Amino acid sequence: MIEFVRSVRLWFAPERVRDDGDTPDYRFSLANERTFLAWLRTALALIGGGFAVDQFLPDLRWAWRAGLALALLAAGALCALRAVSHWVRCERAMRRGEDLPVSRFPALLSVLVALVAVAMVVVVLAGWAG
Amino acid sequence: MSGPSEPPGDGRGGAAAAGRDPGLQPARTRLAWRRTTLSCTVAAILAARAALHGGSDTLGVLGAALCFLAWLGFLAVAHRRIRDLALHEARPPVMTARAAVVAVACSVALAAFAALVV
Repeated sequence: MIEFVRSVRLWFAPERVRDDGDTPDYRFSLANERTFLAWLRTALALIGGGFAVDQFLPDLRWAWRAGLALALLAAGALCALRAVSHWVRCERAMRRGEDLPVSRFPALLSVLVALVAVAMVVVVLAGWAG
Repeated sequence: MSGPSEPPGDGRGGAAAAGRDPGLQPARTRLAWRRTTLSCTVAAILAARAALHGGSDTLGVLGAALCFLAWLGFLAVAHRRIRDLALHEARPPVMTARAAVVAVACSVALAAFAALVV
């Protein structure tokens, strides 16, 4: 948690990232940037999915619809915030010549997406049965 | 990614001397920004649709306008970054943390508006 706060401070003080270590080969920075953008696209897809659940499943009961939509939206927001945090930490690790940070976030996100998908299947099957 | 004559992470941006990056990294990064802008456009359109769904009352119009603003903010960041990458093909500058934070803030703003109208 302390590490996270420290990294949030770095988001808003980019010159402090630049103070650390040496500037890496620009290609590595660009690769890091593309990874950031890929995570941001994932976040935007989750957010778009949240909107889609809310708007295109009008027959669903409100609780289910809101629950699924909010789960997807929360995952999207979390994914976006984590994308910038991971980008800063990778950039700093490359400057210092350290190992890149490892993370359990991808696994957690996969589990959440799988849970939402199972919930969707249950809802659709229940809809047919009912 | 780098040839034997260019040790990775030599701190000088080895490919700058060659004039053009054989891996087309700046071009790929520009295209990644374009893809992300497209994703943002889709999300913003869905968000505006959700805001206006309950009828075009004041709150709905305000929500749609905020979504449009968030989209414009993202577009500005992406446009500036694409331009920087195109202008400095031989030695592209590192993305600023501010650009990253603004892009993420626009995405999170879309999610927040959505959560309000759900």
